[in-house]
Amino acid sequence: MLHQHLVILPLLIPMLAALLQLLPWGEEPQRYRRAIGIISCVALIGVAITLLIQSQHGPSVYALGSWQAPYGIVLVVDKLSALMVLLTAILALPVLWYACYGEDNLGSHFQALFQFQLLGILGAFLTGDLFNLFVFFEILLISSYALLMHGGGKQKLRATLHYVLLNLTGSAIFLIALGVIYGITGTLNMADLAVKIANLQADDAHIARVGGLLLLIVFALKAALLPLYFWLPQAYAMTTGTVAALFAIMTKVGIYSIIRVFTLIFGEDSGATALLGYDWLWWLGLGTLAIGGIGVIGSRDLRLVIAYLVVISVGTMLTTFSMNSERSITAVMYYMLHSTFITAALFLIVDVVAKQRGKTASRIVKGRKMAQHAILGMMFFAAAIAIIGMPPFSGFIGKLFILEAARTGAQVALLWPLVLGSTFLVMVSLSRAGSRMFWHTFDGKPGDVASPRGQLIAIGLLLLAIVGLTVFAGSISNFISGIAYDVMHPAVYIEAVLGEGYSHE
Amino acid sequence: MEALYSVTVGILTACSIYLILRGRSFPIVIGITMLSYAVNLFLFSTGRLVLNQLPIIGNQAEYTDPLPQALVLTAIVIGFAMTAYSIILAVRVRGELGTDEVNEPNQNDGEAQR
Repeated sequence: MLHQHLVILPLLIPMLAALLQLLPWGEEPQRYRRAIGIISCVALIGVAITLLIQSQHGPSVYALGSWQAPYGIVLVVDKLSALMVLLTAILALPVLWYACYGEDNLGSHFQALFQFQLLGILGAFLTGDLFNLFVFFEILLISSYALLMHGGGKQKLRATLHYVLLNLTGSAIFLIALGVIYGITGTLNMADLAVKIANLQADDAHIARVGGLLLLIVFALKAALLPLYFWLPQAYAMTTGTVAALFAIMTKVGIYSIIRVFTLIFGEDSGATALLGYDWLWWLGLGTLAIGGIGVIGSRDLRLVIAYLVVISVGTMLTTFSMNSERSITAVMYYMLHSTFITAALFLIVDVVAKQRGKTASRIVKGRKMAQHAILGMMFFAAAIAIIGMPPFSGFIGKLFILEAARTGAQVALLWPLVLGSTFLVMVSLSRAGSRMFWHTFDGKPGDVASPRGQLIAIGLLLLAIVGLTVFAGSISNFISGIAYDVMHPAVYIEAVLGEGYSHE
Repeated sequence: MEALYSVTVGILTACSIYLILRGRSFPIVIGITMLSYAVNLFLFSTGRLVLNQLPIIGNQAEYTDPLPQALVLTAIVIGFAMTAYSIILAVRVRGELGTDEVNEPNQNDGEAQR
């Protein structure tokens, strides 16, 4: 019974948790809300692992209300979605734990918004229907609007306003894209679309291309690709550390959507619309890498540096993805796991550092010694080594996969210098920040603001995930290459959703 | 009917884009609202414009496609919530920062204030 409904559990758990958290819990509601939140995150990890194991035997399809695809809305769990669900769940637990030490008291309903945010993200990973994807995007957006404002303050207001207005426009474009695609194919089920778009001829195919490129714009806005990344650095740098750490997964929602839609619907086999937008992704991805590198070196605030690191990782992933091979998708997936954990860890570390430094906060200037100087320094340098991509951590392995994925001379000639060049800029910038903030401190007694041990443990958990990625790199990359194979051969996915003999319509 | 319909959607979209490109939050919010009207009309038309038919598939040869109507309903509800939020946010920005300019006037470096 439960086994059959496993697929929808990742959506039900955060939703129920959020609803429970909204109840009035008496004198000290926060204690109960925290407990509910943590239980929900632990349960999510359990469900995600089960889903991942189950997905090894092929995609499972859950028809909501038993209305079969392509008419009803379906949730689909294949290896790719299962891995993304697990990634979200593993990220959410330490971040929420960190938030439970007082950060969630800065504004009302943080706990419930956190769960709603998870609901939106997980829904976007699980859905097999484009319109449903739009709905889950809106769920994650509206909770992210509120979360960005968490804690209040003038600085956040303007960044949030930009973020909200841009995303509202993005939603309108998403709807236009859906309208165009529905008008031409009469379906919004992704698997069904994959079949129908492949059969389009001449004029209809052109209209489908327009729809597809509009979708690319929307996903690129979510992922923060070159001309559409301007909202990201300010928004991520202004908001509280916890929210920024949770948002480490938000750009990945955009990247996931690009991988899903542009391999399944506009992949190699889709006739006149084959490989739509891949050349755009290649050039814009390279541009994003360059801009991110410049942003990293030009920022005078450590939060902003890390926000630009997110931009760089987006550029790296989308450029690699556009090379369109099993090898490149393996590289993207591994790098995605790595960069999600490491950016989240860095945002939390900077949050702690900023609190302990007092007035100088996260600005890259000489400041006083922190109360927990040694441990924070060690964490920062471990994280910095990982994100720069120096051995021994997973960043090195990730970059290696990416460089290896470039096959032709032209790809190597463009990708290698930009990836390595941006890596160099990141290294310079982080070394500068680290030596200013941790080594060149004022003499005298250190600050007296110490962070609770639990917060440090939460950061430690994220770093542990990085170590795990490094130690088990072999088996993880084996598993991921299975995902890459599935992504490049969407027939299995389509067959699972539409049933046997879909092509004989 | 089709021509009138598409011209309406086109003019609505053009006006909304003009408003969205303004530098103050109020016109932008109005523009986004208008854009969502245009989008809703457009979505509605993706099932083709049919007169005097039942919205039931398979009942007869001619029918009104019911799915876009469901999509539009969903889009209206979501758009309504989003518009409400953006208006509140714009009012807060106006109240707290004393200006409704989207970009900070007389400031070219976002870091200067921190």
